[in-house]
Amino acid sequence: MMAQGAAPALKHTAQDGAAEAIHVENLHKKFGQLHVLKGVSLSARDGEVIAIIGGSGSGKSTLLRCINCLENPTSGIIRVNGEEIKLKADSHGHTVPADRRQIERIRSKLGMVFQNFNLWSHMTLIENVIEVPVHVLGVKRDEAIAQAEKLLVRVGLAEKRDVYPAYLSGGQQQRAAIARALAINPRVMLFDEPTSALDPELVGEVLKVIGDLAREGRTMVLVTHEMKFAREVATHVVYLYNGLVEEEGPPEQIFGAPKSERLKQFIRNIG
Amino acid sequence: MVGLLHSIEIALGATCLGLLIGTGGAFGKLYGGPVVRDLLAVYTTIVRAVPELVLILLLYYAGTDLINQALTAMGYQRVDISGLAAGIAVLGFVQGAYSTEVIRGAILAIPQGQIEAARAYGMSPGLMLRRITLPAMLPFAIPGLANLWLIATKDTALLAVVGFYELALATRQAAGVTKAYFTFFFAAAVLYLLLSLVSNFLIGRVEAWSRRGMPSLKEAR
Ligand SMILES: Nc1ncnc2c1ncn2[C@@H]1O[C@H](COP(=O)(O)OP(=O)(O)OP(=O)(O)O)[C@@H](O)[C@H]1O
Ligand SMILES: [Mg+2]
Repeated sequence: MMAQGAAPALKHTAQDGAAEAIHVENLHKKFGQLHVLKGVSLSARDGEVIAIIGGSGSGKSTLLRCINCLENPTSGIIRVNGEEIKLKADSHGHTVPADRRQIERIRSKLGMVFQNFNLWSHMTLIENVIEVPVHVLGVKRDEAIAQAEKLLVRVGLAEKRDVYPAYLSGGQQQRAAIARALAINPRVMLFDEPTSALDPELVGEVLKVIGDLAREGRTMVLVTHEMKFAREVATHVVYLYNGLVEEEGPPEQIFGAPKSERLKQFIRNIG
Repeated sequence: MVGLLHSIEIALGATCLGLLIGTGGAFGKLYGGPVVRDLLAVYTTIVRAVPELVLILLLYYAGTDLINQALTAMGYQRVDISGLAAGIAVLGFVQGAYSTEVIRGAILAIPQGQIEAARAYGMSPGLMLRRITLPAMLPFAIPGLANLWLIATKDTALLAVVGFYELALATRQAAGVTKAYFTFFFAAAVLYLLLSLVSNFLIGRVEAWSRRGMPSLKEAR
């Protein structure tokens, strides 16, 4: 069960010497005239849980999506696993990935979990979970199935293995999506507001799964509006305001003793 | 009977060719560069604007003539292009234009998030096409493609004008010889109807399979 208030959960803390899984430096992103990210830097070492918080439109999703090149950054450096994403300018002056294969390789090490689950609707849960291991990573089908079954047990969906996503609740779909992400044995898990599309009574079951992963020492970058949860599981919190990191630090500092006026107000409003 | 088989043969071939052109065309229109998109726009607009009968005459006579001219220019013998191949090519070319639009619409109907998830997990464009885009667009494309198939079975009759021996021509000749017009045309109509019924049954099966991940509307009410 999720630790509630009184007994603080044992939080896994990254070793100082842990390798850097994600490194973002001076990242800019423009959509046409709209300057969404204005020089953001971010780092996630192995075992860290980075929570990104901030108001609507502050650029949280865009930052996360730049990390696996779902959006092409306008400028800046992104390193995943120590490997820098190669970018080049196309004929229109837009920055695009220079090497498609590299992007595909990097993406297959990042387990993305979306706000709207985005399970493949023509596949059952087990098919969703084995899809990437079998067809992208080249794992043998029966091995992938055995592993997927374990993952489905883990997220509490063992008996739903042959059900199509449309027949499941949002909470169940999101847990299946987490199993799909885990199936690639990702170096880092990326969550973009994983509970924002859920009915309130379904939020708990998904947060519990994510919390367990955090306590196990999974590296993750988590965009969330669940402040209580962020405080519980994050090792480091980043507050984005208007495309810039306004304040960052350990959760005790960010939620307990925020310095910036904007952050103080943000926490007052939301919490 | 041979006429019916020929009709089915052409319709099948043309539909397959049309599907190939349509899939390529749809992707070209959605993801291609400006030149590709413009060319495809010209193709789909013209083919869908000109009456099929005119297109068939034009493509059949002009097409065979062009091929033969090209062949003689390159120093080869003139070839007699088989009616079957020509029929399939001509109807397939026409079907391709309609399929392009049907498939383009179906791809646009796929929830964008599913494509995004495929990208986010490192699928290459080819893999994504095969594993995600095509199967996910199928339920949206089947009704439109089914229409096209039924139209194709009957468009084969238009090929009679270029002397291709299919159901309609066979009927007319048989009726002309025996003077039993009503019997033969009625029989032909029944054959067309049977073809449609069998098609409907098969298409229904395929559609149900393609919609396997979607709750039926009845249950949703
Ligand atoms: N594809 C796009 N094209 C144009 N503008 C975009 C695009 N995606 C995002 N934006 C804009 O970029 C800004 C930041 O968007 P982003 O989704 O990163 O915000 P967010 O912090 O995730 O907000 P929320 O909490 O509402 O999810 C917004 O003003 C948004 O309208
Ligand atoms: Mg967002």
